[in-house]
Amino acid sequence: MASRSSSSTAAGGSDSPQKPTKTKRTRRKRRKARAVGDMSRQMGESHRRFLQTMMVSGVIDEQAAKALYQYCCETHHTQYAPDKLEDFIDTINSRLQPMFMQIRKGMSENNGLQYYALVNMAETDITRMSSDYADNELELFRKTLDLIVCSENGKASSTDILNSTDSMTTRKMKKSETEHLLSRLVHDKWLSEKRGEYTLSTRCIIEMEPYIRTMYQDHIKVCHICRNIAFQCQICENPTCGIKIHNPCVARYFKGKSEPRCPSCDDFWPHEIPGICCLFSNAVSGHIRPPVVRDSQTLVHI
Amino acid sequence: MTFGDSLPFMRCVAMTQRKRPSSTQSSSQRRHTGNLVAQDEDDDATFTQPSTSQVQRGLEKLTPAQVDQKTAEVVQYFLVKDQKKMPVRRADLVKHVVKDYRNIYPEILKRAARTFDQVFGLKLVEIDPKNKMYILVNNLETPDKASPVRSPSNPKMGLLLAILSVIFMKGGVVRENLIWNTLRKLRVDPGEKHEEFGDVRKMVTDEFVRQRYLEYVRIPHTEPIEHEFRWGQRADAEVSKAKILEFMGELHEQDPKTWTQQYRQAHSLPNSSQASTSSSSQR
Repeated sequence: MASRSSSSTAAGGSDSPQKPTKTKRTRRKRRKARAVGDMSRQMGESHRRFLQTMMVSGVIDEQAAKALYQYCCETHHTQYAPDKLEDFIDTINSRLQPMFMQIRKGMSENNGLQYYALVNMAETDITRMSSDYADNELELFRKTLDLIVCSENGKASSTDILNSTDSMTTRKMKKSETEHLLSRLVHDKWLSEKRGEYTLSTRCIIEMEPYIRTMYQDHIKVCHICRNIAFQCQICENPTCGIKIHNPCVARYFKGKSEPRCPSCDDFWPHEIPGICCLFSNAVSGHIRPPVVRDSQTLVHI
Repeated sequence: MTFGDSLPFMRCVAMTQRKRPSSTQSSSQRRHTGNLVAQDEDDDATFTQPSTSQVQRGLEKLTPAQVDQKTAEVVQYFLVKDQKKMPVRRADLVKHVVKDYRNIYPEILKRAARTFDQVFGLKLVEIDPKNKMYILVNNLETPDKASPVRSPSNPKMGLLLAILSVIFMKGGVVRENLIWNTLRKLRVDPGEKHEEFGDVRKMVTDEFVRQRYLEYVRIPHTEPIEHEFRWGQRADAEVSKAKILEFMGELHEQDPKTWTQQYRQAHSLPNSSQASTSSSSQR
């Protein structure tokens, strides 16, 4: 994206700024070839419709994305190949990149499903939200983010959030204002709420992962299985190990294993293993029930 | 079939309308509750559109990457503003985004419009040539089959469409009491705080007006003060009169043509054809 400044001391190059070195020429050729390749996958009406839907919905699950892709292709009589959704989205993303926007994929920590979200990639902080929220509202959101990231269970209670208003540097918020803000944040799909506890929504995680990785490098947890950032997860109780695994990743990894053992230190994994089918109904019931072993044919989709 | 039952349909209609810009501009800003930000108006008065040769010279001094970057910033700015359906004023655009690149402003705007068209399927429309204001309008056709993805429901749009329909069917301008009575029939009382809409009167006379969906103008010599409602510039650009008439036809089980005046209005504009499948946009 950013134009690279030319270096005059590349390998084998003279100090003359006029003639590019061999490596630079090959790089430029490759870049051009890639650009041409991108151009061959042109944006069509089907891509635009997909993008417009993403702009309105913000985040959709993988199944919906596949259905939407098919619908967009059929509506605009574009060739449809069921397994080419990623390529389709890549085409859109190549045109969105100059505007610091992307359609990115991520996993829900609750039900393990994959979701697609339209995100703002600008490196400045919470710019995507900043048009909708006042300065003090953003400050409170950041405080909530602090609480969630630094917590062990990836949750922040409404009590803790309310208490954090005491230390605000921008205009303080009353209890009612805070409650109203929290419900707005849930409505706008930045936070999820269950029984008075707030977690980061899937869309929020997808959008803010780079920001959170930068801001909280020492505090973040990373899932040992999928390598993505983890907030709600299980932790190995071996003090010398302590690896973290997302709940859905636990369900998948330990499925069918009679004796669950830590993939890193081999200690017995003491936590409840969520069943795959129970995982998908998690969004509804909110419980992780005792393990139930089912074969993959009976996976329940919401 | 009550009017209220039709709201979900009206929501769909509102979300996916395409209409080419009207060639006739509605009457200029007669904002009654004109609390639009006015501080930048002076800036616009001092902004003179650069000439073609000035733009050419300006472009020569910049790299393509710089021009692309500035175009991207303009696109982002528009998208953010458009989220709230607020029109973008040229003065604000130049002051906050274009800044030092103002000498190539026409070129930047041209490229931004191209991006909206090619990437987003949106049309950049100037709704006020005098005050230089722009909105983004959906350029994609209304599809026959509904999308598998249910967009978040927008009840405000349903209500707005009901209001626009009444105004249109009544010849383009109505006294405010008719609108308030219509809303009451829909069980939305402008005098009470509504569960979904909050302050209904404010939403209709302020929010919808600022978004340019409606015009709310004082009728002179009325005591007590009365106002009338008309379609706003955004409604002219985004909402299809033909579709409203079609819907009315279904509602009353009549042929849309029976409303001869309205039918003529809906189909008289040069680019009013909704059946066109051409997706190329005029620029």
